[in-house]
Amino acid sequence: MGAARVVLGSVSRYNAGTLHRAGRHEPPMSQDSSPLTDDAFLMALRRELLKFARLQLRNDALAEDMVQEALAAALAGERGFAGRAALKTWIFAILRNKIVDHFRASGRVTNVSALAPEEAGLDQAFEALFKANEHWARDSRPAPWGDPEEALVQQRFWVVFDACLNHLPASTARVFMMREFLELETAEICSALEITAGNCNVILHRARNGLRRCLDKNWFSPEPIRC
Amino acid sequence: MLSCRQATRLLSEAQDRKLGLSEKMSLELHLAMCKGCTNYRAQVSFLRDACRRYMADFRGGRE
Repeated sequence: MGAARVVLGSVSRYNAGTLHRAGRHEPPMSQDSSPLTDDAFLMALRRELLKFARLQLRNDALAEDMVQEALAAALAGERGFAGRAALKTWIFAILRNKIVDHFRASGRVTNVSALAPEEAGLDQAFEALFKANEHWARDSRPAPWGDPEEALVQQRFWVVFDACLNHLPASTARVFMMREFLELETAEICSALEITAGNCNVILHRARNGLRRCLDKNWFSPEPIRC
Repeated sequence: MLSCRQATRLLSEAQDRKLGLSEKMSLELHLAMCKGCTNYRAQVSFLRDACRRYMADFRGGRE
């Protein structure tokens, strides 16, 4: 735990560290060029990790704890890294595993297959897209999204994407995140959350429909006032 | 003959498991005749691309 204190300390003593270096007239990164001693890099990394953890966990305090633990574990590891990208990838993997473990541990107490009113609402909105014969109603038939690749390079798109993800009901979002962001196979999700494969498919279908409609309405819809 | 509603379910499941031969055939038959579901397929696959991009950025694709 001593190493962890050093990492976390160096983050919080960001300004002091900078002053200290300036006072001593030391060339930047004199003896140790590890990114783990680069406060600005660590601060930025921590912000990104937090954003990811919050999105996954929807619990700020828990997200803070997990990010702190991931950073501490990275420091305790004291491995050599071929640069910042490698370090970032590694810390990110630690955080990812911590989140997966948390979902595994809490899966048994959170009943994700229970249909909350929010989920029922999403299902109703989906059913309303179809006529009685289960074919698309004229106004709800999915229209082309043009060149969606273009959206991926626009910063505004990601704001909408984030909002749409956060708009999904919590347990629907959890299954979707486990599948698409933590990249677990459905069999792993089923066993972690103790739900059936059929249930898992229903939840993922619901999540995709919700996201699809949200992006359609808020980003791709043809009549928006977009700058 | 698949309904559009059933087709969307299979299109979602195709992201998570390998469809059986008969599922695949009835889906392709439906898609050949249904513009709406063809668009739905492209959009569901865009969702996966977007998630992958999102993750790549976190993992250190940028910087």
